[in-house]
Amino acid sequence: MTGESFLLPAEMAQEIIEHSLAETPRECCGLIAGADGVAERLYRLHNLAPGTELYEIDPQQLLDLEFKTLPAQGWEVVAIYHSHPHSPARPSSTDIALAGWPDAVYLICTLEDRENPGIRGFTIRDGEVSELVIRS
Amino acid sequence: MSVTVQVLIPTPLRRFTGGQAKVEATGATLSEVLDSLDAQHPGFSERVREDDGQIRRFVNVFVNGTNARDLAGADTALKSGDEVGIIPAMAGGAE
Repeated sequence: MTGESFLLPAEMAQEIIEHSLAETPRECCGLIAGADGVAERLYRLHNLAPGTELYEIDPQQLLDLEFKTLPAQGWEVVAIYHSHPHSPARPSSTDIALAGWPDAVYLICTLEDRENPGIRGFTIRDGEVSELVIRS
Repeated sequence: MSVTVQVLIPTPLRRFTGGQAKVEATGATLSEVLDSLDAQHPGFSERVREDDGQIRRFVNVFVNGTNARDLAGADTALKSGDEVGIIPAMAGGAE
């Protein structure tokens, strides 16, 4: 579903930034669902990880989305997003080690410069990271 | 009489099941079901379990909607008609 670029609608990019700002200093997380790599809907999800340096999306929410809500719409997971409140928008070693969805785009929103949040997108497959061009 | 359950396969693991989102498997425990799945779809089990047989920390397995970690983990007993759902974690961090 991924190619050289990923179309992230401007309103979804704005929502990711707003979610990131609302959760800081904790990391926010969520996913974007759609079909054939086209983003249709953004879901803000619960971060169950403790502290401010980790995220783990509530697996109960994922269970419902992956096997009920998304298939009912003909959708699948297109992108997974989380924030880096104090570090750049690039996958950390933890992000790479725990990446288990090779067909999804991993979006990272940095708040390192709070006045200029930024979002970058990557695929992470078997430890190999490739950056995608984000279009809106 | 063997116990037959339905297993919901998440998108990232469907390459092991020929693209199927739901498969049938047999086993009286979660561990036996994963053995059965691995026999049908070689390589499947190691994506879900550690070498010691326990469920990987960053994979969640649900039995009828309850996380197996809140039951008996890989030793959770199953009965025919149970639904097993497997979800790799979406997790990471800034470190």
